[in-house]
This record gives sequence, C-alpha cells and structure tokens, in this order.
Amino acid sequence: MRKSLEKYYRIDKLPHIWCPGCGHGIITGAVVRAIDNLKLDKDKICIVSGIGCSSRAPGYLNFNTLHTTHGRALAFATGIKLARPDLKVIVLTGDGDCTAIGGNHFIHACRRNIDITTVVFNNSIYGMTSGQYSPMTPLGAYATTAPYGNIDRNFDLCKLAQASGATYVARGTVYHVPQLIKIIEKALQHKGFSVVETLSICPTYFGRKNKLGSPVKMMEMLRDNSITVKAAEKMPREEMVNKIVIGEFFEENAPEYTEEYMKIIQRAQGEE
Amino acid sequence: MTMTSKPRLMQGNEACVEGAIAAGMRFYAGYPITPSTEIAEIAAERLPKVGGKFIQMEDEIASMGAVIGASLAGLKAMTATSGPGFSLKQENIGFACLTEVPCVVVDVQRGGPSTGQPTLPAQGDVMQARWGTHGDHPIITLSPSYVREVFDMTIRAFNLSEKYRVPCILLMDEVVGHLRERVELPDPASIKIINRKRPDLSKIEYYNPYQDYDGDGIPPMVNFGEGVPYHVTGLIHDITGFPSTKPEVTEYLISRLMRKINDNLDEIIDYEKFYTEDSETVVVSFGSTARSVIRAVKILRREGQKVGMLRLKTIWPFPHKAIQELPPTTKNIIVAEMNFGQLIEVVGASAKGRFNVIGLNKYNGELISPDEVIAKVREVNKNA
Repeated sequence: MRKSLEKYYRIDKLPHIWCPGCGHGIITGAVVRAIDNLKLDKDKICIVSGIGCSSRAPGYLNFNTLHTTHGRALAFATGIKLARPDLKVIVLTGDGDCTAIGGNHFIHACRRNIDITTVVFNNSIYGMTSGQYSPMTPLGAYATTAPYGNIDRNFDLCKLAQASGATYVARGTVYHVPQLIKIIEKALQHKGFSVVETLSICPTYFGRKNKLGSPVKMMEMLRDNSITVKAAEKMPREEMVNKIVIGEFFEENAPEYTEEYMKIIQRAQGEE
Repeated sequence: MTMTSKPRLMQGNEACVEGAIAAGMRFYAGYPITPSTEIAEIAAERLPKVGGKFIQMEDEIASMGAVIGASLAGLKAMTATSGPGFSLKQENIGFACLTEVPCVVVDVQRGGPSTGQPTLPAQGDVMQARWGTHGDHPIITLSPSYVREVFDMTIRAFNLSEKYRVPCILLMDEVVGHLRERVELPDPASIKIINRKRPDLSKIEYYNPYQDYDGDGIPPMVNFGEGVPYHVTGLIHDITGFPSTKPEVTEYLISRLMRKINDNLDEIIDYEKFYTEDSETVVVSFGSTARSVIRAVKILRREGQKVGMLRLKTIWPFPHKAIQELPPTTKNIIVAEMNFGQLIEVVGASAKGRFNVIGLNKYNGELISPDEVIAKVREVNKNA
C-alpha cells in the first residue's frame, strides 16, 4: 500500500476477512484512491454499509463508519445526510444487500436524489452465507440454492437506478481499476444520488459453483467480456449476450433532497 | 411557581410532538399509520419552523434506520407508529439497543394481531415493547394516561434515552393519542432537558466509543462528523467498537447494557399510588385504562370499599418494588389491561404468591369502563 494512503485505513484491523482472490479489496482501494485524489476532508466523510462481505469494508476504513442491518444502509445514510448535509456520505453495499432485502430503500434513495454515493460490490452471489443466488445472479448460473441452475431473471442495476431517479449512474469492474477510480471520483463529485455498480469476483463461491477457474481466469473474463457504453451502442443485439457494458450510463442535474429541504425550512420560518 | 401557557384544547398525538420539540427533537422520520399519523403530520409542519428535519420514509424499517442515522449525526430523533409498524421497526430498535444510539419510538397501540383494528384502542403491545426485538437487550417503556402527561412523558422519554443511551418506547394507545383535553403547557425555561454525555477529549488519548470511562456503564458519545473517526456495528463489539466473538467481551457488553438500566431503577421507574395505604384490593393499570380505574376507585371508596390503585407510568423496566411494597392489608391485585393478559404475567411473578392476582381483560376494541372495574372489585372483595 502507498504510504500516503495509510491514513485512510485502520491498519490494525488488517488483514481483512475476505477470501483469497476476492475482488472486494480492489473496490475498497478504488474508493480510498478516489477520496485521496479529490482531497476530500477526511473528518467530513461517513461510510455506511449493510450486511454481507462488501459491508465489512467500512470496518477497515478510518472514518466515521457505520455497519448497519441487512439492506438498510441507505435508510441510515439518509438520516445522517439529512441531519448533517455538510457530511459526505458514502454507502458500500453488495448485490444481495442492495437489490434484494434493500431493494425498496435503494429505489427510494434514487427517487429522492439525496446526495449520497452508493458503490455496489456486485459479485453475483451471497458470499457471507456461502453461495446463495441473489437478484444479480445471472440466469442459468449455479448457486447453493440454485443447484439446478438459476431461473430468477436478474436485475440490470444501472437501468434500475436510472429508472428510479438516480442522477449519476455508472458501472465498472475490478479489472478496469483506473476507470473505476475515475468513475467513483465523478460519483463523489456529483450533487445528487450517484450509483456505481462494480463487478467483483467471488472465486470461492460463484467461481467454484460455476466452474469458472482461478481468480486470474475470472479477472480475464471481466477483461474479455467488457465493452464500453459507446461500443455497446453500435453492437448488434445478438452479440451483446454475456457482455458487460461498462462506463457512464447517465448523468443529469436535478434538485437535491437536502438542499430542497433547506428551502422548506426557509419557507416554514418565513411564514411565522 | 412554573409559568404556564394559555389553556389549549390539545390532542394526545399533538402533545407528543410538542413535548418532543420541547425536549429538543430536531429530526423525525416516519411512515403513515393509524392511529399515530397525526404525530407525523404535526411533526412535518412544526419541525422546519424550529430548524429541524422531517422525512417520510418508504417504510417503517427505513424510518427507524433514518432516526438512528440522524441521532448518530447529533440530532435528537423520534419516530411514531402503531402495531404493524412497531413490528417492522423491531429490527432496527435492536440495532439502537446494541449500538446505544438514543432515540424515541412512539407506539400508539391499536387492536391486533396483524392489521387488527386500526381505529380501535388496545394495550396488546406491552410484551412487544419489552421483547419485540431479538436477543437480550435493555429498553425503557413509558405509558401516559392524559394529554398533558403525553407532553411531559415525551420529554422524559428523550431525557432517559439521551442519559442512558437506550431507545425509549412511549407506549400510548388510540384513546390517549386521539383524546382532546384542556392542557396548559409549562414555560419552556422550566423544562429540564438532559443531553447525551460527551467525553472530555482533551483527557482521552484515543477515544473508544464503547469504553465505560466513568464507571456508570454509559459510554460518553461523540457524534459523527465531529472529527473523531470511530466504528459502529450491530455485531457484538468490544470497547473499541469492533466485532468480537470472545466470551468475556460478549458477556461484558451484554451485562453492561443491562447494568446501566438496572443500576438506575429508582430514577427510571415512575408510578402513582392512589388509596393504597389500607387497600385490601389494588387495581394495577396504565395508559387510558387507568382513567377508568381512577373513576371506579373513587366511587368504590365512597361506598367504603378498601380499594386502591397503582398506575404504572414506567412499564419497562417493570416496577417490581411498587408491587412488593404494597401494604400488608393488600390481599388482591387486579390487573386491568386491554389485552388477553400480558402485564399480569409480570405482576404475578412480582407477587410471588403473596397476593391473589386476578386479570380484568378486554380485547374487543372497547375501553374497560369504570362499571366493569367496579363489578370486578366487588366480585373479588366478596370472594375474598
């Protein structure tokens, strides 16, 4: 680790609990680098998570960190942000945490356009409980609770976020790290609700259940199957099967929730 | 003498919001549910006027989460609900118990179980208020009987919650919530406000968020965003706030959480005795039921019946001492409650066979009337 980044970590809490080959440390590192590149005030950052492998990340980060209940990170984060709009609130969550048990909180946080950055660690599986299918597990994939193949259609998280009202939506992978850092930087600078879906790898459960080979092989799959948003626009539909579209999908300026609430306070006090 | 405001006709739910704001509430998150909705409506109107924040969340679970987040960020926070919503909030109430985040949860009880009877009164959430969330945990529960008392007790709920860093449940019922009474509010300057204890950071080299610095079982609290990085988790944690599975750490934490309440029962517990000095029969009640009991006791006393009443203002921790200190003349305890028999279990345990403990229960959506109390007392006294 770069010496200058050590201040962002709780070095005494390392090594982390993640399995060898897990992609989550790369995403955590990308979040730290984005914070460092933007020179954000460390004391004004709150990092909130739910439950699962990804949600253990805040424990290693040296900020005000809050490890909440399963799926509820965005609800707690909304309370913090509305109480203290000057704080930079970042939510680190997983595919199960965010889109299954936390799905309702996710779409409503998008809808409110509250100034929170959400980074979704998408490893396509419930890792902490050892390999059950999530709403992001691809159709046909295997999991401990899908021993005959998954018949649940998976979410496209970026489409879900955009349709729900998020005002910055992007996708990256743990293979394309420089791009991921840039995307997270843009998300952190964006005023409003920003979503960064990051494809991670889970060699221990998703990889093993689906015979995907070593962590290196899984990384190569991310490399070989990813195409940019621009390339995807020109690609015929039949060639898009199993492709991962990465980059920025959507960005717009829209009224931000806590700023709108400050106007409510002014309106209410003006009436008196 | 305390200055009071001009008399006003006020609803219980309104008094709750006024009390909360007087206590310093500056954040409310909620979800509409009968018969508590007025609390959210009035909070939405009143809070921004005092610079506070109101948010209607997507569900009850999220409301409880937002309240905890806001409290961690330094604002006194409250939510209000009724039966089905109280069930949904339990998950995050447990989080607040374990992470010691002050907050007030109002449950305006209605008939249950399930959707039950949204517009009718009941007192069926007594046990849920104590044990609704899983695992061993501390909790404080207060229950008001009058509109003015709703105001005072909401302030007390905030004070106790801030002092002991524990969620405080205000257990109202549909009648107390919707009742309108003539109320004179106290001069704000005369209201005693307690704020969460803060550490003296100049004397602490490294702040441990769950260290019992003062030996009273209550760790001093730094709010998020004050430049002191620390971790909060719903996992069992050590004094540094980080997860631990060590037996000694687990045992220490759970026993400290219980100790901070159990060592302060005299301050937390509040009740009212009425004609108990020479009573043969004492009626134990709380909330709106107590109003009928007082009326009944007055009538029975005029007849010369040796009857008194014990009105519980604190339900949890349970006021065992109040039961055990009843005079030697007391033979019978009638527990009047609008449920199938919940508090009676605890009264029975407290009585330890010293008294006959008899239930007066109603669970049909109607109040227990003074006549029903009178009939029960007469029946008990005749059989005694």
